[in-house]
Amino acid sequence: MSEHIVKSYDEDLSQLRTMLAQMGGLVEQQLDDAIYALTRRDTALADRVIQNDERVDVLEREIEEKAILTIARRQPVARDLREIMVAIRVSSDLERIGDLAKNTAKRTHAMSDQLPRKLLVGVTRMGRLAQVEVKNILDAYSRSDADLAMEVWRADEDLDALYNSIFRELLTYMMEDPRNISLCTHLLFGAKNMERVGDHATNIAENIYYLVHGKPLSEGRPKKDVTSGMRGDIEGSDDR
Amino acid sequence: MTEVRDELVKKRYASERRFRFYGAAALILTALFLAVLLIDTVIRGIPAFHETSVEVDVNVNAADVDPANLPGGNYDKMIKEAFRAEFPEVTGRANQKALTALLSTGGADALRSMVIADPSIIGKTVTVPVLLGADADMFLKGQLTDQTIAPGKATLHVARLEGEEGFVLTGEKTGEEAEKQLGLATGDVVRFQGGAVRVTGMQNGYLKADPVLPPDAAFSTGNFDAGQWDIVSFSVPQANRRINDNQALWLDKLKQDGRIENSFSWRFFQAGDSREPELAGIRGALVGSLLTVLVAISLALPLGIASAVYLEEFAPKNKWTDLIEVNINNLAAVPSIIFGLLGLAVFLNFFGLPRSAPLVGGLVLALLVLPTIIIASRAALKAVPPSITEAALGVGASKQQAVFQHVLPLALPGIMTGTILGLARAFGETAPLLMIGMIAFIADVPQGFTSAATVLPVQVFLWSDLPELAFKSKTAAAIIVLLVVLFALNAIAIYLRKRFERRW
Amino acid sequence: MNAPVHHQTLITPAHPKALASGQFKVTARDVDVYYGEKQAIKKLSIDIPDRAVSAFIGPSGCGKSTFLRCINRMNDTIPTCKVTGLIDVDKRDIYDPNIDVVQLRAKVGMVFQKPNPFPKSIFENVAYGPRIHGLAAGKTELDEIVEKSLRKAGLWEEAKDRLAQPGTGLSGGQQQRLCIARAIAVNPEVILMDEPCSALDPIATAKIEELIDELRQNYCIVIVTHSMQQAARVSQLTAFFHLGTLVEYGDTNEMFTAPQEKRTQDYITGRFG
Repeated sequence: MSEHIVKSYDEDLSQLRTMLAQMGGLVEQQLDDAIYALTRRDTALADRVIQNDERVDVLEREIEEKAILTIARRQPVARDLREIMVAIRVSSDLERIGDLAKNTAKRTHAMSDQLPRKLLVGVTRMGRLAQVEVKNILDAYSRSDADLAMEVWRADEDLDALYNSIFRELLTYMMEDPRNISLCTHLLFGAKNMERVGDHATNIAENIYYLVHGKPLSEGRPKKDVTSGMRGDIEGSDDR
Repeated sequence: MTEVRDELVKKRYASERRFRFYGAAALILTALFLAVLLIDTVIRGIPAFHETSVEVDVNVNAADVDPANLPGGNYDKMIKEAFRAEFPEVTGRANQKALTALLSTGGADALRSMVIADPSIIGKTVTVPVLLGADADMFLKGQLTDQTIAPGKATLHVARLEGEEGFVLTGEKTGEEAEKQLGLATGDVVRFQGGAVRVTGMQNGYLKADPVLPPDAAFSTGNFDAGQWDIVSFSVPQANRRINDNQALWLDKLKQDGRIENSFSWRFFQAGDSREPELAGIRGALVGSLLTVLVAISLALPLGIASAVYLEEFAPKNKWTDLIEVNINNLAAVPSIIFGLLGLAVFLNFFGLPRSAPLVGGLVLALLVLPTIIIASRAALKAVPPSITEAALGVGASKQQAVFQHVLPLALPGIMTGTILGLARAFGETAPLLMIGMIAFIADVPQGFTSAATVLPVQVFLWSDLPELAFKSKTAAAIIVLLVVLFALNAIAIYLRKRFERRW
Repeated sequence: MNAPVHHQTLITPAHPKALASGQFKVTARDVDVYYGEKQAIKKLSIDIPDRAVSAFIGPSGCGKSTFLRCINRMNDTIPTCKVTGLIDVDKRDIYDPNIDVVQLRAKVGMVFQKPNPFPKSIFENVAYGPRIHGLAAGKTELDEIVEKSLRKAGLWEEAKDRLAQPGTGLSGGQQQRLCIARAIAVNPEVILMDEPCSALDPIATAKIEELIDELRQNYCIVIVTHSMQQAARVSQLTAFFHLGTLVEYGDTNEMFTAPQEKRTQDYITGRFG
């Protein structure tokens, strides 16, 4: 990309990118910490995650402000305009991911020793998958790599599939023993959070596509999450 | 570092002050020269605008006038007789001739006009203003000599010499001392009751004097107290004057009697050229100038403007048009006498046009002025901003419409200025017109474009060459008229330019 | 008319969103323009539709004004200028020897960068064109034409009480509107505008842009502008010129959100080195 004639314009844009990279890094770290805290039942770490979320929010506000200022001052067109619009949207998605990480960290307090390992493993696996998606998508964003973004976008299918199976398992476990319900509900929320993280990552992927190609993605995202139709009655369920 | 800067600043201010001083000095010097020239000319020329005439009672003798041929009457004779009658004491052919010589040869014109206008005055006596000759005129204006009249302070005794023409003057004393006592110098005229004598100097120990206005034969001696006689002294001795002492005294008498009339000389503007200075006027030259310049402008103006418009707007820009432009600029700088030669060779010799006619003069001047008009018009056309032409073309005007309906009206002030400057130059040109013969002595006012004429600058040139002293002031007066006309033309130029100036 | 395939990106709007009719008023094919030895426009081909505003943008010296002036043959006044190729208005070649330039210029009007009203009265300014083209049979008709043109140019209310006063006494923006009225008065079909607002203040500029918006319903308007924001605001189609070639030409909205050529992108975002 050639240089802008007015250097301060280029500086504005690069500042915006730096702030987004910062926010991305912070959110990645938050997610990692939240999953770790949940797995290890580390309440102190969980509390730190909850506190740090404020920094994420602050960054989002700053990014939005900078973007609006740049629009007012520079009247950007074409790619510059798309970049700024995408920056606003991506920061919003990142902020939501941060919130989801915070929410997941909150569940740490509800974890107990009696938790069957395989349930936790499932949620952890979901978390790792989500983390990979976030890391890849941030890489794709920093390199403006639409192809990598599309890979992430398609890979979200796997996360959705994983979520489906965990959902079924948790339902089964809850039906077996009503004393497990509260614990499993928290786990369910945790799993849901990870699934939502994946969705936000695909959002970011669509924005990256728009940034690079100038046209929104025409295909619809494949939504393999069928949990909304699951009932799990005791008498023969269709989705076993 | 700042000291160096201060030095430079001071030097700069000093040099600016010096420059302004030089500019102002140059301006003042030029203004001074102009002022001196103008004032000198005006002072010299003013006398020419007045003429003096003497009131004479003339008896219109029927014998001298044939009612069938009023203009042919012998008015000269009548005038001279009447004038001589004013001075009955003047006798002798020489003296009488000197007396009537005071009158102008054209002095009878006024009487002639009166009789022609009103033949009923034949046989009556009328008072007629008779124009005085140039010499008398100049004397009365003080241009021939200075004249001081002082009353005698001592008692004067005049005695006629026996046996010869002459008188002896004595006062209380005689001889040399008489001269001093009486306050006389050689050449002074002593006027007393009954006559006037001129002091000729010491002779045989006596102060001698020759008669000027001789007293009666009966007069032999006379005593005059102080105040009863006066001394008339002339700065120029009689031998060097065109008016001798007698004539001077006659004129003084007429003046004393109040019969000298000093009036504005309309004749100067109404009469043509003449050998007699008092009768010479510039009318012929003025009319000749007008006709010549008229011919010049009516040719040069349309040709010049058309050429300028064509060269500026329509002609293709190639090396031919460049050549033409260079040559037009050169023509503007060609000495004007060359155009005279051209006129001589082509218009007079080849085409056989009448010599010294305003037609030929106009043609020559047209050629002279054409380059100036073309250059000024081109500059005026160039000065019109091209956005006007573009706007006109953009609306769908043709090139011709754009030029004639938009560019030319806007260029008009500049064109007019150029034209009037050209006109003014044409008015003041002498050399080329000399070559085509407008140098001849033309007494009549030209009647048309083909009659012989002269122009004002040439008239000035001719008059300045003539020996008569009176023509000096006529020359200056003609120069004044020329300057006034040129000034008026320039003023018109400025007025027209201001009036038609439009801002765009 | 089928647009030929070209090595440059020639986007002939097939279904331009902003256009009511898809008629092409002005077309150019392989136009070359030389000033003496220097080539100002290289092999230009473009189709300009009717009843729409097409904007020409590009850096200084790129040939946009040159091409604009070819459309009404104003370049004829420059002796060293040579134009080859085909330029059609209403499917008729304007460089055909049988074409009367004067009639062409009445059909294709022009508004210049610096407002240049004639140094005559406001009335005379507008009436001059109709008069020389014989568009009015008498004084009343002429008055009508003048009033109509001034109304269309949005100047009637301000000018109706001072029609006899000189046109040069108006403000800059009013003068430019007077020039537009003058161009409209001869009933043109195409109006060419060469940077019409560059000498005006923002309010006058806005008024002119509003006027252009109204005019485009009835005329084919081509505007050369240095301001990309103005091109974005005012036009339906934008053509980007660079070094005498047409680099990109297409729908304005797309041009300013997602241009296809990198050169276009660089220019409109200000990355021109």
